Amino acid sequence: MYNKIFSPKRIVLTNGKTVLEKRSKAPFVLFIICVAVYYSAQATGFNFAIIFRRINEFFTIVLEMLQPNWNYLDGILPELFVTLKMSFLGSIIGAIVALPTAVLASSNIIKNKIIYGLFKMVLSLLRTMPTLVMALIATYLFALPATAGTVAIFLFTVSYVGKLLFEAIENVDMGAFQAMQSIGMTRIQSFRYAIFPQILPSYLSTSLFCFEGNVRYAAILGYIGAGGIGNLINETIGWRDYSSLGMIVLMLVITVYVIETFSEHFRKKLM
Amino acid sequence: MTTVERQLLAAPRTYRYYLFLLAFVFALIAWSVAEMSLRLDSNGMKIAFNIVGGLLDPDWKFLFDFTQSGVLYLLWETMAIALLGTLVGAVAAVPLSFLAASNIVPKPLAWMTRLLLIFIRTIPALVYGLMFIRVTGPGPFAGVLTIGITSIGMLAKLYVDAIEELDVKVLESMTSIGCTTFEKIRFGLIPQLLSIFLSIMIYRFDMNMREASILGLVGAGGVGAPLIFAMQGYRWQQVGSLLIGLIILILVIELMSNKLRAKIVNG
Repeated sequence: MYNKIFSPKRIVLTNGKTVLEKRSKAPFVLFIICVAVYYSAQATGFNFAIIFRRINEFFTIVLEMLQPNWNYLDGILPELFVTLKMSFLGSIIGAIVALPTAVLASSNIIKNKIIYGLFKMVLSLLRTMPTLVMALIATYLFALPATAGTVAIFLFTVSYVGKLLFEAIENVDMGAFQAMQSIGMTRIQSFRYAIFPQILPSYLSTSLFCFEGNVRYAAILGYIGAGGIGNLINETIGWRDYSSLGMIVLMLVITVYVIETFSEHFRKKLM
Repeated sequence: MTTVERQLLAAPRTYRYYLFLLAFVFALIAWSVAEMSLRLDSNGMKIAFNIVGGLLDPDWKFLFDFTQSGVLYLLWETMAIALLGTLVGAVAAVPLSFLAASNIVPKPLAWMTRLLLIFIRTIPALVYGLMFIRVTGPGPFAGVLTIGITSIGMLAKLYVDAIEELDVKVLESMTSIGCTTFEKIRFGLIPQLLSIFLSIMIYRFDMNMREASILGLVGAGGVGAPLIFAMQGYRWQQVGSLLIGLIILILVIELMSNKLRAKIVNG
């Protein structure tokens, strides 16, 4: 299509042959991006002048946050633990549920087109929903806020781990699977002994990685009433108590850092 | 004792280690479950049915409305926030990523920049949103800046990986044939990094669509604010049309971004 509109450049070589060089698409792509950026800037009211004039407001808040309010620690810890519990439970149940879902969604194990198509669709639909929107819906359903947050994290984990896992399953070496079937094992047995060992390391490492991200996500869930430290974030911002907010952020950074270090240690072992 | 048996006994015994890990995980589960209860809200089921009903029977007029309050315009605004935010983040992440690459700058400086990046990454997007609202006032502009700064963390981290895998031999050979610094950057650095950077940016744009759709909850523009208002007002048909629009848009963008990235990486 593109080559028809912009005819390729003709080059005559010294031996008389002509070769065609396709035109670069870069100017065309650049033009589209420029147009998109222009209209986006119009729609969002992007304005450099405002940034330069008022960015100091941002740094005043940052400065206040850099003087954390240590007395607030007692209030933070219980909510921080709720956040950790939510993300841990949601991640582990999600990772467990993701395994059968991914198997049902992989086209080389399940031969029925309708079944694996359905599960693939469910996984991608789940993934499109932003976690916060799911948590928002869950808060209407469950009596306890922490449960609502856990459910939202659970659904996200299923969709994320499930997607990566079924891609891993579809890319494994099927030779061993066929060999085991040929000696008379059932499909489930051959999956257990031929494919499961191949995907186990990446399954565990994806789940750990997802858990890391979930701790960060869980921190904001409380903002919409789904339990955890987000509650306090909402409160402190409401009171404009930025030094307490700084304390919350500091605790979050420490927690996330510790969890990342642990999970990286185990993920390196799995590799 | 046969050789096979001896080898079997010589294998490292790790079951204690695994047992300990398993016990630890179970202890954590027990600790977490204590906080939960599956009790439903008194009218939770009714609301669940209402949401499903809204999704099945959305407010069609609202869905195809391109005025300032219609779904199409809100989705367009969300997309604009994500696009500009990704660009802001992508530009800001480049210098930071070079400062954090341990093969370019001295180790302590790289380490400091990494620490800064961890801080930037950990502050939740909603907190940035509320901070930027103080700067720009409520509206999509605050959303752009928020998406920009939240993208920096991940973008810079992935950029750093690309920079640390740079093939420096190319640059050395260019020096040996007398290229200027500009030529080295243009023909030695950019071709190596551009496709990877672009692919990372498109991936982040895809993620930012989701982020941008929740920023409205704090008043930073996009589809989030009308969504939460419709929910609080129990207008389920409107919730349905907003969710349908959002899901379709995100699916389309994800498809496109996957295609584009495959094309960019494979050339």
